[in-house]
Amino acid sequence: MAVTGGAMFLFVIGHMAGNLKVLFGPEAFNEHPKWLRSIGEGLLGHGGFVWIARVGLLLSLVLHMTAAIQLARRARTARPARYQHRRPVQGSYAARTMRWGGVIIALFLVYHLMDLTAGWLNPVGDLENPYGNVTADFRHWYVSLTYAVAIVTLGFHIRHGVWSALQTLGASNGARQRVLRGVALGVAVAICAGFLAVPFSVLTGLVK
Amino acid sequence: MRYVEGAPIADTAAPGGPIETRWDRHRFGTRLVNPANKRKLTVIVVGTGLAGGAAAATLGELGYNVLSFCYQDSPRRAHSIAAQGGINAAKNYRNDGDSVHRLFYDTVKGGDFRSRESNVYRLAQISVEIIDQCVAQGVPFAREYGGLLDTRSFGGAQVSRTFYARGQTGQQLLLGAYQALARQVNAGRVKMHPRTEMLDLVVADGRARGIVARDLVTGEVTTHLADAVVLATGGYGNVFYLSTNAKGCNATAIWRAHRRGALLANPCYTQIHPTCIPVSGDHQSKLTLMSESLRNDGRVWVPVRAGDTRPANQIPESERDYYLERIYPSFGNLVPRDIASRAAKNVCDSGHGVGPGGLGVYLDFADAIRRLGKPAVEAKYGNLFEMYQRITGEDPYEVPMRIYPAVHYTMGGLWVDYDLQSTIPGLFVVGEANFSDHGANRLGASALMQGLADGYFVLPNTIGGYLADGPFDPVPADHPAVTEAETGVRDRVARLLAVNGDRTVDSFHRELGRLMWDHCGMERSEEGLRKALERIPELRQEFWERVRVPGDGEGLNQALEKAGRVADFFELAELMCVDALHRTESCGGHFRAESQTPDGEALRDDERFSYVAAWEYAGADEPPVLHREALDFEYVTPSQRSYK
Amino acid sequence: MRLTLRVWRQAGPDEDGRLVDYAVDDVSPDMSFLEMLDVLNERLVLDGEEPIAFDHDCREGICGMCGMMINGVAHGPERATTTCQLHMRHFSDGDVVVIEPWRARAFPVIRDLVVDRGAFDRIIEAGGYITAPTGSAPDAHAIPIPKPDADKAFEAAACIGCGACVAACPNGSGMLFTAAKATHLGLLPQGQPERHSRAVDMLATHDALDFGGCTNAGECAPACPKGIPLESIARLNRDVLRATVSGAHKPR
Ligand SMILES: Cc1cc2nc3c(=O)[nH]c(=O)nc-3n(C[C@H](O)[C@H](O)[C@H](O)COP(=O)(O)OP(=O)(O)OC[C@H]3O[C@@H](n4cnc5c(N)ncnc54)[C@H](O)[C@@H]3O)c2cc1C
Ligand code: SF4
Ligand code: FES
Repeated sequence: MAVTGGAMFLFVIGHMAGNLKVLFGPEAFNEHPKWLRSIGEGLLGHGGFVWIARVGLLLSLVLHMTAAIQLARRARTARPARYQHRRPVQGSYAARTMRWGGVIIALFLVYHLMDLTAGWLNPVGDLENPYGNVTADFRHWYVSLTYAVAIVTLGFHIRHGVWSALQTLGASNGARQRVLRGVALGVAVAICAGFLAVPFSVLTGLVK
Repeated sequence: MRYVEGAPIADTAAPGGPIETRWDRHRFGTRLVNPANKRKLTVIVVGTGLAGGAAAATLGELGYNVLSFCYQDSPRRAHSIAAQGGINAAKNYRNDGDSVHRLFYDTVKGGDFRSRESNVYRLAQISVEIIDQCVAQGVPFAREYGGLLDTRSFGGAQVSRTFYARGQTGQQLLLGAYQALARQVNAGRVKMHPRTEMLDLVVADGRARGIVARDLVTGEVTTHLADAVVLATGGYGNVFYLSTNAKGCNATAIWRAHRRGALLANPCYTQIHPTCIPVSGDHQSKLTLMSESLRNDGRVWVPVRAGDTRPANQIPESERDYYLERIYPSFGNLVPRDIASRAAKNVCDSGHGVGPGGLGVYLDFADAIRRLGKPAVEAKYGNLFEMYQRITGEDPYEVPMRIYPAVHYTMGGLWVDYDLQSTIPGLFVVGEANFSDHGANRLGASALMQGLADGYFVLPNTIGGYLADGPFDPVPADHPAVTEAETGVRDRVARLLAVNGDRTVDSFHRELGRLMWDHCGMERSEEGLRKALERIPELRQEFWERVRVPGDGEGLNQALEKAGRVADFFELAELMCVDALHRTESCGGHFRAESQTPDGEALRDDERFSYVAAWEYAGADEPPVLHREALDFEYVTPSQRSYK
Repeated sequence: MRLTLRVWRQAGPDEDGRLVDYAVDDVSPDMSFLEMLDVLNERLVLDGEEPIAFDHDCREGICGMCGMMINGVAHGPERATTTCQLHMRHFSDGDVVVIEPWRARAFPVIRDLVVDRGAFDRIIEAGGYITAPTGSAPDAHAIPIPKPDADKAFEAAACIGCGACVAACPNGSGMLFTAAKATHLGLLPQGQPERHSRAVDMLATHDALDFGGCTNAGECAPACPKGIPLESIARLNRDVLRATVSGAHKPR
């Protein structure tokens, strides 16, 4: 979980950085995918890096979900009889919502790919002009809302995920524990803010 | 008198010669078991406390087959876990004048000259090895900044020889033993039987060969057979109902062995601990000990004026009686337990007690907080203060603690010789269950030492001498001794269930406890003991006519477990009173009102009572038989104890 | 005080259980929770009913025998307090108190509130010890141990094996317990030789015993009466990871 989650976490950071180029106008934003395709061109051929990343991410995703399902199943086996009365949440809210959060994010991902990667669900759907696609999307409040919900869910997921991964990989200790929790929270908030900046800018007209 | 005089008894296993080399020479003289034979020998160890856990683990390491039993759901929960204060050892790491000889001397003197010199000397010698062993197992003793072990002075000792692990020494030592035991379970040398209660001993052809036990989960009664049996079942303080012992502590194992012929020694020697949280109401189910280490910094006092009901902080200094410091200027608040307890009783009896019912005295930390600062006090006693606050709802940093004495430890137990073997061949007894080392009063932090000495170092050596004759002929399952014992156990269970009366087990237990506390507690008199001896048999009869034990014997039935234990307590209580009545001297934990010095201190009578009273069971309604084992003192001359 | 207790009654391991209501009058604030159950049980016995079975022994918060879910919280509302040390002054007149056993496949119910925690013993047997046969020890001062290490080891060693961590964990995982032992022994110089094998073997046994997997949900530590910190789990993970990466030890 920690390793696959970590891979996807790195992707999310890169993705966010790319998104933020939208603030610098259509050229900068539309250049970004081209640049990505050109990474390591000499060695991997044009678009090679992107395909490697896609395969890696897909693999991570599948493994991540498999592990999650296994853990959920184990949990169910470990407690066949439920409590009749259970006071919820003594740990963190984020921790309690990992499973449902993961499902929401997965569903969103499907929509997101169909919307902006394949362009099927996009009002514009011009693969050569991602800038146009994005701005067209976010002018609709419901699309922005869907994105916002997904991003906040992702934030929660990352907040617990980052901390939990550090814990699982044994990086946490007594003195560091507080700090690491803070770092996880900070990272999650930053990612939320970074992603939300795009629909926010579109809606408020900062980006046209 | 309700007893019969029997023949004197002697410890024939005890070595002579210079005391320093007795244990060495004895070990050398003990026959060894051929390593190949050990695999063919089975030993039953009942009890997984410090004594039993250590013994079972060590016997397993030596290669014997071990069957280990406890009534809790895990061996790690034996009552030893509750010991707080520490464990003594004559390491002399402090260079403060300690030595094996001094620990020996202190223990003999602390026991009011009613213990055996040979045993105590061996205990003091082994104490040193115990600490080494425990550290190697990973017991996290308190340490100083330099990384070396910390020690403190404890329970009336003037040297700093008590090793501790915060207020949880017993827990940490027991986990060490438990882990060693777990290792042997994993290695297949020990077979563990938790939630199994021993209800009888099987004595076949003159040797202890097994036990009859009830599986507390299935209710099944089974006989387990072996070449030797070790009892490590702890003390019987719960005969008083209210005590600092765990709720399940019982006398059943030793009492059943006693009924099968093992002599029971000095049953009246009980220790009343001076610093326990007072009773808060009728619902009280047990008493909680506040470690005696608190007396290192706390000052004990009561109001000068009897019946003074002002809150503690409104009583000015001049109207406080720091009675221990007043009466015992040289030891002050650190006098031994028996003395501190009786002093508390005396001030309360004369109307100076504080708190509900006037049964309490103050243990005040105000001075210590002023002198050392709150953080230092917190570092030392924080967890004890928290525990106090949890139970009483009062904050000891603000108001003084209230404490009162409570039954804590039983020095009496099954009689054993130097090899820790009882009068039944093949039945060994270790830990609090035997009577061996503490005489009439145990010093603080010495029970853990004794339990581990017995379990790790003494028994595994001495039992070999007995087992060298084995393996003994197998006892067939239909041996008359087996069937008789098994049938007896089943019948008794059936009888308890069949009464179906109108009183609960606890109501009887409480009544018995009250009777014992009043008449066989901190102060005993002929009149009171006679009263108790009249009342106990009546109460016992009533028990068998009116007790109500719901449910059946198949499966978990906690009321049934309790009923069996209480039934045995009734019989033991009677013997305790007989013993207390016959010993007309005062010594250690046994204070006879008739035998005191003009200023109210215990007055021993060495002329007539310098002996161990070993009692033989003669039958249900027969008077017990007294066998005396004379005590000789070659190295420590008995003197009147004085802590003034 | 007058309380209504809603208690899980289950006659045996294979029977169905249910919650049953009992009204208890005259509850004194000075009583412990278990003393209140004692009072109720005495009444039940006299009424010809079966008393409620619950585990307990020391009643001092140290043996780890007691434990029940009280209003959905392991060991009840007071932090760092076992059931036996919980006093009724923390409840109010008229409260309804729901009492259930620990629930986990690894801790099957024996009767009412009594469960079988033998799985914890299995985990310790798998490696939760230092191999130091009696008599083999060097002098206790042969290896000084820095006080901070000793204190930390002690903190972890304070675990009483009560099982509240498992009961509280949404995954039914026993990691806090397992990690407490691994941490205790892993921090001491005496525990180094077996440090990695201990971690791997204990964890493998934990997993094989039907405990759930840890997702760092963080419900265990607040429920733990001895304040075993969550970081112990990271420590255990680290040891296991190191053993796995280096291939030094395969589970037995
Ligand atoms: C609150 C408290 C604090 C103490 N503090 C200290 C201290 O600081 N220092 C010190 O030196 N001493 C202390 N003591 C005394 C010391 O803890 C005990 O004397 C000692 O631990 C007894 O150990 P044991 O192995 O003999 O028996 P226990 O630890 O009592 O073990 C008895 C074992 O026998 C089993 N058992 C009993 N009956 C049966 C049966 N019928 N069938 C099957 N199994 C049975 C039990 O399951 C248990 O495993 C304290 C005692 C108390 C009560
Ligand atoms: S870690 Fe805490 S909750 Fe879990 S068993 Fe140990 S003491 Fe109980
Ligand atoms: S009864 Fe021992 S911890 Fe609660």
